[in-house]
This record gives sequence, structure tokens and C-alpha cells, in this order.
Amino acid sequence: MAEKRTPQLDELEKGQWPSFVTEIKKAAVKNEASKELLHLLERSYEEKRGHWKHGGIVGVKGYGGGVIGRYSDLPEDYPNLAAFHTVRVNSPSGWFYNTKSLRTICDIWEKRGSGLMNFHGATGDAILLGTTTDQLQPIFDELSEEGFDLGGSGSDLRSPSCCVGPGRCEHACYDTLEACYNITNQYQDELHRPMWPYKFKFKFSGCANDCTASIARSDCAVIGTWRDSIIIDQEAVKAYVAEGLNIQAVVCDRCPTNALKFNAETQELSVIAEECTRCMHCINRMPKAITPGKERGATILLGGKSTIVQSAFMGWVIVPFMKMEAEDDFQEFKDLVERIWEWWDENGKTRERIGETIYRLGMTNFLTSVGLPAVPQMVYRPRANPYVFWPEDEIKK
Amino acid sequence: MAILDQGPLNYKEQLPPIIHENYGKWRYHENPKPGVLKHVSESGAELYSVRVGSPRLVSLDFIREICNLADEYCGGYLRFTARHNVEFLVSDAAKVEPLIAALGERGLPVGGTGASISNIVHTQGWVHCHTPATDASGVVKAVMDDLYEYFVSSKLPAQLKISLACCLNMCGAAHCSDIAIVGVHRTPPRIDHEKIRKGTEIPSLVASCPTGAIRPNPKEKSVVVNDAKCMYCGNCYTMSPGMEIIDPDNDGVAILVGGKVANARTNPMFSRMVIPFLPNNPPRWPEVTDAVRNIVETYAANAHKGEKMGEWIERIGWERFFTLTGIEFNAKLIDDFIFSRETFRTSAAFKY
Repeated sequence: MAEKRTPQLDELEKGQWPSFVTEIKKAAVKNEASKELLHLLERSYEEKRGHWKHGGIVGVKGYGGGVIGRYSDLPEDYPNLAAFHTVRVNSPSGWFYNTKSLRTICDIWEKRGSGLMNFHGATGDAILLGTTTDQLQPIFDELSEEGFDLGGSGSDLRSPSCCVGPGRCEHACYDTLEACYNITNQYQDELHRPMWPYKFKFKFSGCANDCTASIARSDCAVIGTWRDSIIIDQEAVKAYVAEGLNIQAVVCDRCPTNALKFNAETQELSVIAEECTRCMHCINRMPKAITPGKERGATILLGGKSTIVQSAFMGWVIVPFMKMEAEDDFQEFKDLVERIWEWWDENGKTRERIGETIYRLGMTNFLTSVGLPAVPQMVYRPRANPYVFWPEDEIKK
Repeated sequence: MAILDQGPLNYKEQLPPIIHENYGKWRYHENPKPGVLKHVSESGAELYSVRVGSPRLVSLDFIREICNLADEYCGGYLRFTARHNVEFLVSDAAKVEPLIAALGERGLPVGGTGASISNIVHTQGWVHCHTPATDASGVVKAVMDDLYEYFVSSKLPAQLKISLACCLNMCGAAHCSDIAIVGVHRTPPRIDHEKIRKGTEIPSLVASCPTGAIRPNPKEKSVVVNDAKCMYCGNCYTMSPGMEIIDPDNDGVAILVGGKVANARTNPMFSRMVIPFLPNNPPRWPEVTDAVRNIVETYAANAHKGEKMGEWIERIGWERFFTLTGIEFNAKLIDDFIFSRETFRTSAAFKY
């Protein structure tokens, strides 16, 4: 196509932050579709609107998800964008890569796609951005030959993701990388072949700092924690005092439950373990002196989702503490999620996230159906209204 | 024929030797300078991570270039973070500064650690999505250029996370960020009966509306929208191509603040709307960058050390937030959806 100017996008090559326009221009040198994308985007900037047609259903043989179809609404003007599909590639746990793996993806994508990518999509997949329908199967064939698989899309299990965990964090309370890998492999069918009312996401965070934002961005958040007491190294506490840290003000006074006591005379820090809610603040402030306890596992929270339809939900506690052990293949966790999926698949309405299904049918119904005991850790506070449902078998006949 | 159901690459083959050797045995970490983390294991091994800002939307050349750097300085290993930064995993301390110099030569910013503004979690926008009310990459570039100093330093009271979603689907983290930029529409959908008849499951379309504004229209074999009940979320357009809602003259962005996901000190919080609308003004979105900078600077000047945006606002009170930032409060910020009542002030305690 004729050379066109892109004055608005050129403006976004200025400034110190790395420019996506520069990236599209690099791809445009080698690929006609990327070149047209640059011009289509310039047009969007002029007209203040997107130019992608609604929807698009494409995929690869054997799978019901993994590819997002996309068509330009101006195919006559931008023939190379008539089809511009996205391929989601399931990334390795914790987004660790050796350069050989990354170069392999690049080589396949250079040959068969636009050369543009997102590292990564918000759910965690490596996103290959823009190819034609006829290239989808060859791309998948070549990726799979090299050991890659597609991620999720549609009403399926989406690609799970996890924090850096024991790979590089002293706070990790379970092996997030292994849990993510193991559970992703266990549920390949649920991930590749949509069969549910709507999407379902897992995120694995090693501690309550929640570096994957699992509580807000996954239907099932697995957040590492411990059941005994934090461990305090008194020598290291003294070293922090010597460095000038005001432990009373910065650590103790910010403890949400006043569980930490600092004796300024002896320079000793102590904790009332049963008062601690394991929020991580003191550990974050004094990582050399305080570590999570020894009896480690995870809290399971359910229901996190974004706005549509009934407002955004944060995940809420359904299991206060569960062991997450690779040695027993995460069996307790898998048993639970399978009961949960069965209930949701049976009861969820079309396009109803599990949080909304539980909200509609009630926690009592949900807990009874999946066999979980009601415990006070599930609520901030008990109900204030007296509108209680009583099962018939608890009433005198 | 492709191999099905083999799952992702095994992460164990993607880890550098130092991580294999010290897996689960990390003792503590330090943040020696912005963008550099030092992790020390029980054995005394030291791993340096150099964190680098990325535009997220990248070309093959970008990936190959960071691979070359990882080969030269990190034995061929790197990772990406949950905020789309690149982390070079350096086990040889002597290579940290040469790597930083090499990154500097290529214009790649080192930062995003500690009390900084790290990368902006964002979405597809006009580059690849069919439902956006604004662009993603362009707004992010404009905001990060403007706030660049906060990426390469750690001078804020606490870590400040910014997210952007190009429509109310809020893909990503906009509902739980210190500052969120969200694409919004302000006009109801325009019904195309022909398209609805041809390609829409009407009950699903009716059920997609949060406010019940859509009713079946059996006469037309289509639907009818009660405009008075529509708040332009665009979910009906997601369900049907016959519900066009994009409106260049009236689409724009809203600003929300005060969300967090970590449990440290206070519970996770949702972001709350403080500016209902700013216009789309490409390529630099000056109204948006000005509004975000005002919020960042007001927070930086007033919050206690270690206090997140939402914690600061909850401590001083939202009425005080509006006074300090000079942002105009108006009725559009008062919740009128299904969970609204708990956001009303059921107390006589407030500041003038």
C-alpha cells in the first residue's frame, strides 16, 4: 500500500518510556499487516474510535478455545488486516524463560504472524498478536512440536498463573510454580474445551502480599499462609534498631491487630500469635528478622471477578487453611475444585461467574452442596437482618 | 498434526542454575537501588534481579534483543513480572552495572521496585479489541512519559499501582488499583434490528444488561432499550453486533483511585470513582495525564510513609481527598447501583 504519514503516532515515539509505536514500526519493516496496523491505528487516533469488527470465531482442531478471532471493519482499505487473530500461548509458571524458548516462539511467529506480541496478557498468556485464519493450524502444529501449548479463552478454565514463589521469594508459603504447573496439566481438558457457564480463573500467590492480584483477578485465589506463629530472629531485630529503623512506629503501630510488642529497653520484639492475621506488614518491613511460620499452606478464596454484570467482587474465604503439597499431588485442593465445578456447572446460568452464582443462590446452599463447613473466618461480621432460611429437617413436624 | 493437551513448558527447564540450587531456600532480599533486587539464600548465594520497563506490546526484535542481553549477562535466563516488566536474573554481581549500562544505551528504563510507580497493567484498546471506549497503549505511553521519574526512583510514600482498562469489562486490574483509568461510554446503544435478527441469541442479550434496560421486541424479532435505564456499560454490544455503542464524540475515560490487593495492614480495597469523565484527546491525552499527576502529587505530599493511596484516603476521609486534590465532587460519584447503600455515610462524623 502507499506510504502514509502517521503524525499522531509519531508523537508517541517521543518521551522516555519505551514506545509501542516504535515496536509496531519495527514489525512493520518486515510485515505488511503490521504496517497496515500502524495506519489503521493512526486512523483510530484521528477518528477517536476502534476499527475492529464484532467478535470472530476461529480456532485449531481439537480445541474450543485459545484463539481470539478479529477482523478489521475496513478490509478494503487494509486488506492485510481483513483477519488479524490473536493466539494465546500458555506461559511457563512464573513467566520464567530461557532464551532458547523465547527465540523459538519468535521464529515461528516471524514466519506465520505479524511479528507483534504482548508479553504478557493480563491472565498470563504470551499473546501472539495478529495472523490469518489459514496460519492458525500451522502455528499450533509448529508450537506444539516445540513443546508449547495454547492457553484458554471462552467459557473454560483460563490459563492459571502464579507469583515468582519459591523460585525467588523468601515469603513463599507453598510451591506456587509447581502448583500452577501441576494443576494446569491436570485440567488440560477443561482449559482447551469450553464446557462451563462462563470463564473460570485460578491464580496462585505464595503469601498475602498477593503479587498476582489473585483475590481480585481470579475466581479461585490460592493465597499462601501459615497456621503457627511468625518466627522472630532477635539478633536481626537488634540489627534493624542499629540501622535506625523505628520499630515501634513503622512496624508495631501499623500492625492491624496490635499483636506485636517491642521492648525498647531489651530491643526485643514479641508477637501474640493468636492475635496475628498474617497480613505480612511486619515481615515486609523486616524481612531479615521475621519469617512466616513453619506450618504452611494456603487460604482458598472464591468469587473474584471484574465489573460485569453485578459489580466487581473480591474473592472471599471458603477454606481458611489447606495444605498445598506437591508430594500428595495437591489432591485435597483438586477434590475441592472438582466439587465446586460440578455444582457451578449444574447451577450457574449462562455467562454467570461463580461468584455471582454463589451470590444468587446463597453461601448456605453452596457450602452444603460442596461439603464445606461454615466457619467465622468466612465473614467480616454476621448478618444484621433476621431473614434466615431454615431447612425443613431442622424444624419440628 | 499437533500434540494436544501437553500443557505449558515445564518451568523447571526455564530456571537459571542459581534458582535450581536455592529453590525455596531464599533467606531475605534487599533493594540496593531502584530497579535492582538482591536475594540472598540460606547458602549465602546472591541473585540480582534487574527490572526493566516494557511497553508490553512488543515486536520480535524487542524479544530477541532482551534474549541477547540475557545471554550475555544472565547465562540465557530472564523472566517477566505480573506487571509486564522484564527481569534479568544475574548471578554474577560484577555483571549488574554493565547490564544496567547496556540497558541504558538501548533506552530501556531500570526501575519499578519499592515505593515507585511500576508498569501500568493495561489492555488492547484500538490496537486489537472491538469494544473499547479508549485506547490502551497510547494512554499508557502518555502517562508513563509524564510520570517517568517515579518509575526510576522510589520516592513515593508507598508503591503506587496504575492500571488501565479500555472499557467497563475492566480486563486487568482497574477495579483494584491505586489509580485506575477506565474507558467509558456516555450514550446508549444504537439498535440494528437486522443484525440482531441474524446473529443474536435474544434471551442472552436481554440477560446481559445489569440494569434490566433491555426488553424483547417480538414484533421486530429484536429488542428495545429503555434509554432512561441504560448506563452505557456496553455489555449488550459484547453479546450482539446489533448493539453498536462506540461514539467518538462522547466516549472517554473515568478515573478511579484507592484500590489495593495486598493484605498488609488493611484489607484489599476496590478502586473508587473520583472523575466520571475526561475526553479522549489523542495522541497525548493531556487531561488524563494532568489528572493522574495531580492525584499522584497530592498523595505524595500528604500521605504518611508506607501508606497506600487507599489507606491515606480512608484515614483522612474522602471529603478531605476532594478538598486536597481540588477535584470537583458531583452526583455522578454517588453510587446508585445494587450495592450502593453501604457507600452512603450513615454517621454524623465528617469534616467540613
